[in-house]
Amino acid sequence: MRLEYFEMIDTVVALDREAGRIETRSVVPAASPVFEGHFPDHPLVPGVLLTETMAQASGYLLLARDDFARMPFLMAVDKARFRAFVEPGAELTVEARIVHEGSGYAATAATLSAGGRRIADAELRFRTMPFPAGLDGRMREQAARIGLLAGAPSA
Amino acid sequence: MSSTFETVAGIISETADIPREKITPESHAIDDLGIDSLAFLDIAFAIDKAFGIKLPLERWTQEVNEGKVPAEEYFVLKNLVARIDALVAAKAA
Repeated sequence: MRLEYFEMIDTVVALDREAGRIETRSVVPAASPVFEGHFPDHPLVPGVLLTETMAQASGYLLLARDDFARMPFLMAVDKARFRAFVEPGAELTVEARIVHEGSGYAATAATLSAGGRRIADAELRFRTMPFPAGLDGRMREQAARIGLLAGAPSA
Repeated sequence: MSSTFETVAGIISETADIPREKITPESHAIDDLGIDSLAFLDIAFAIDKAFGIKLPLERWTQEVNEGKVPAEEYFVLKNLVARIDALVAAKAA
């Protein structure tokens, strides 16, 4: 994870395009400017960044599902819950699945856990649109970095 | 008033925070109720879930934008309700 660059996903552990399911892994860095303010001498990953982590896992799932035909943009976060603190060094797993594919949007359910313990969960919705100019290639670069395009094992 | 209309009106009222009494079968979702495209996606999600269908919003929007179909055909609520009923019937067939 590079929190300040919003690179929240390190690796795609498993992907099942047909079933609409993904599992990702991320390691919280030991140090980040984010922790200077959240909170001084008591570093915790902000809940908004845990939500972003679940959203990015879901987004990569939708990108893979659509074979990079459309870009998902987060449009709604429902029923988000944060059940435990996440500290530097934590190893995070996100499991996300598609719960509905509408016309021009999709909904996912995501759970973030650490050490087998559920930390956070949310229902997320994304507007799916044609890629803005130039973003397609950059998203493919990010997807390659995390192994999404490398044939991740089936979930 | 059909049960489909009542369900749709309830969804619109709750999702877009519009008083229920302002929503009639003749209401135009955009022109009369002021629902924007993002809010309409929220409404579409709730309608999809409630009726177990997939509103073809993108196709409708494209047809309207290309001038092939007047917006009223899709976005006046009595017409929207008729299309929902048709989608439900097609699914059951």
